[in-house]
Amino acid sequence: MEATIEEITKALDSERTPLISVLHAVQAELGYLSTEGLKIVAKKLDIPLSKVYGVATFYTLLDTEEKGENVIRLCESAPCHIKGATNILTELQDKLDIDVGETTDDNKFSLEMTSCLGICAVAPAIMINGTVYGNLTSKKLDSILDRY
Amino acid sequence: MRNCGHIDPENIKDYITRDGYQALGTVVTELKPIEVIEIIEQSGLRGRGGAGFPTGLKWKFTHQAAGKEKYVVANADEGEPGTSKDRLIMEGDPHSLLEAMAIAGYAIGANTGYIYIRGEYQLAIKRLKIAIAQAKEMGLLGENLFDSGFNFEIKIREGAGAYVCGEETALLKSIEGERGEPQVKPPYPTNEGLWGQPTLINNVETLANIAVIIREGAEWFNEIGTEGCPGTKVFTLSGDVENEGIIELPMGTPLRRIIEGFGGGMVDDKEFKVAQSGGSSGGCMPKELLDTPMDYDSLAEIGMTLGSGALLVMDETHCIVDIAKCLMQFFKHESCGKCVPCREGNKRLYNRLDKISKGEGELEDLERLRDLADTMSKTALCGLGQMAPTSIYTTLKYFKDEYLTHIEDNNCTTGSCRGLVDLEVQDKRGGKDYGNNN
Amino acid sequence: MAEVKRVKRTCELENKRINSLRELNDFKEEIREERVGNQKRAGVRITTAMGSCGIAVGAQEILEAISDELTTRGLEDISIHNTGCIGLCEQEPLVKIKIEDQPAVFYGNLTPELAREVVKNHIVDNQIIASC
Ligand SMILES: Cc1cc2nc3c(=O)[nH]c(=O)nc-3n(C[C@H](O)[C@H](O)[C@H](O)COP(=O)(O)O)c2cc1C
Ligand code: FES
Repeated sequence: MEATIEEITKALDSERTPLISVLHAVQAELGYLSTEGLKIVAKKLDIPLSKVYGVATFYTLLDTEEKGENVIRLCESAPCHIKGATNILTELQDKLDIDVGETTDDNKFSLEMTSCLGICAVAPAIMINGTVYGNLTSKKLDSILDRY
Repeated sequence: MRNCGHIDPENIKDYITRDGYQALGTVVTELKPIEVIEIIEQSGLRGRGGAGFPTGLKWKFTHQAAGKEKYVVANADEGEPGTSKDRLIMEGDPHSLLEAMAIAGYAIGANTGYIYIRGEYQLAIKRLKIAIAQAKEMGLLGENLFDSGFNFEIKIREGAGAYVCGEETALLKSIEGERGEPQVKPPYPTNEGLWGQPTLINNVETLANIAVIIREGAEWFNEIGTEGCPGTKVFTLSGDVENEGIIELPMGTPLRRIIEGFGGGMVDDKEFKVAQSGGSSGGCMPKELLDTPMDYDSLAEIGMTLGSGALLVMDETHCIVDIAKCLMQFFKHESCGKCVPCREGNKRLYNRLDKISKGEGELEDLERLRDLADTMSKTALCGLGQMAPTSIYTTLKYFKDEYLTHIEDNNCTTGSCRGLVDLEVQDKRGGKDYGNNN
Repeated sequence: MAEVKRVKRTCELENKRINSLRELNDFKEEIREERVGNQKRAGVRITTAMGSCGIAVGAQEILEAISDELTTRGLEDISIHNTGCIGLCEQEPLVKIKIEDQPAVFYGNLTPELAREVVKNHIVDNQIIASC
């Protein structure tokens, strides 16, 4: 872990105040930001751990807890809401048998809520890892989940 | 937006054939910085990020401010729910943003630009990176542009999922690697911005107008739109209209024309009920206001906002209380927690609405909602808390009856508030289909 | 950076550097001429809208279906392009077909099967499908 983080901080060395970029990169490499990882980041960047922790917990896209392999983010903003996002949520909860903020037993999926993904015209929408899917229906949801 | 759909965003040549980088070339080889600022001032361009501040003036302040170094920052955080215009510009025409940032840099005296983009926009980030690499390779970004001695480089900073980071001071904090909490203004970023240096922050759509204005002239721009708000505005239309999507129209186009003309009317010819203009922090416009011209000034007069240009249109099947609750849920989650009125206020507004939606509301709840909304708009630190109750204000004003039915009759006529509805009714309303049969 | 490598394939810049407005204009004319030539040869131009909204509802699969259909039918002289979102997000996935000397036609709400039909009817038989 230490080597990976070292590499990341080196690569971003020329940037001024790169903390958030570093945290993004570390999360991409290691899956989530463990306390151990945050300690190393703090040391490498010479920033107090309290601040690193404060930043890591402030932002929704930075995870300080271990997540499943794939993170499903369901949009809960108004345009998706009126197109039935609540039904999709129930559907997802049923299919995966988990609640928002939880991870499936096989560690495959985590379920989270997010605000607007910017594709409201094809609402309701979800984002799995970096990819977005729209016009969701129960059937479509099945075929999307099957891909992971 | 004129290039979107006509060019391949991953190929700089496409942009060049449509007069790309001409404006930058003209500016750095033929105009003095102050002359560039004058053109923008004369054009009357106003910020498209929400507040509608005159762009030329902002450039002038930053130009005049003293500092070791200056920065240009493009606000691409686009957190306002129901808005995707900036995404469309960055995914479809990324070079127009880069060119404008370089022009702005020349005008205010900056050599570095940052694009602060939300982490959710992975495709836009990828396309911007490609665009920057291509522009650099061709010498259209980097050192000594057009042999003029002017250098400009652009960096991308990814946000990490916080709505409040769209607010300019919070955004700068985030680039500085801190928690994205808004700061007390003044000082304004034009004087003390990124790392304490003068910084120009503009919205992506604002910047996308720059190159065209330089090429076609301020006069040309003035002729579009209204007198107080020249130019065009990109609207993101969503909800119960036939054609949802994104459209660029002259400022001042009446709401009805947008819904009926581009939107193609309501889905299934249902009755129009309400349109929320400006995203979550915007007001809810009832039928009576359908003929309002959509520009900053006309909307401000009636206590509404144009905001980001989001338009969420809803028909009679939606419940006002349910919508208001959904909006407050958003603010409750997105409040950064720095100031008390916003942190506590949003929570309480939500709780009260939740109570009403479950049929446990009392008449005094409505008054409390109002009082709390008043306090928040007066005392919150930043725009988030000040604007959060807008939807409460406007719905209480235009849809009070509906609140009253929830409270007095324990009834939600549309069947959206689940606490108040028999299961039977819910199934009729679409059940598994989600009313979205695709 | 993997992305940059990919760019080189689709957009060959040959280390060209622009040092003045004149060079920019010359370069613009040069690409234009080259494009006009290509267009003449190609005859048919297919453009897929590949914004997030399009990709979210399957634009990638549409593109694959079209390429596949073109290959199986042995159709040549067709140029395939990508563009960003054009604002008609609700009609995504969207494809534009422009045959030389004819007005451009947009097809919306496509499925891979429909896209194959578009190739057959519009490009092969030159019949515009109305009800899409
Ligand atoms: C809570 C809050 C969120 C904001 N979000 C955004 C945003 O997502 N994008 C944006 O361009 N401006 C946003 N703004 C407005 C910016 O603070 C700022 O006014 C804008 O970037 C200035 O650019 P302009 O003059 O080009 O409009 C937000 C403001 C507030 C108070
Ligand atoms: S509201 Fe869900 S994508 Fe915009």
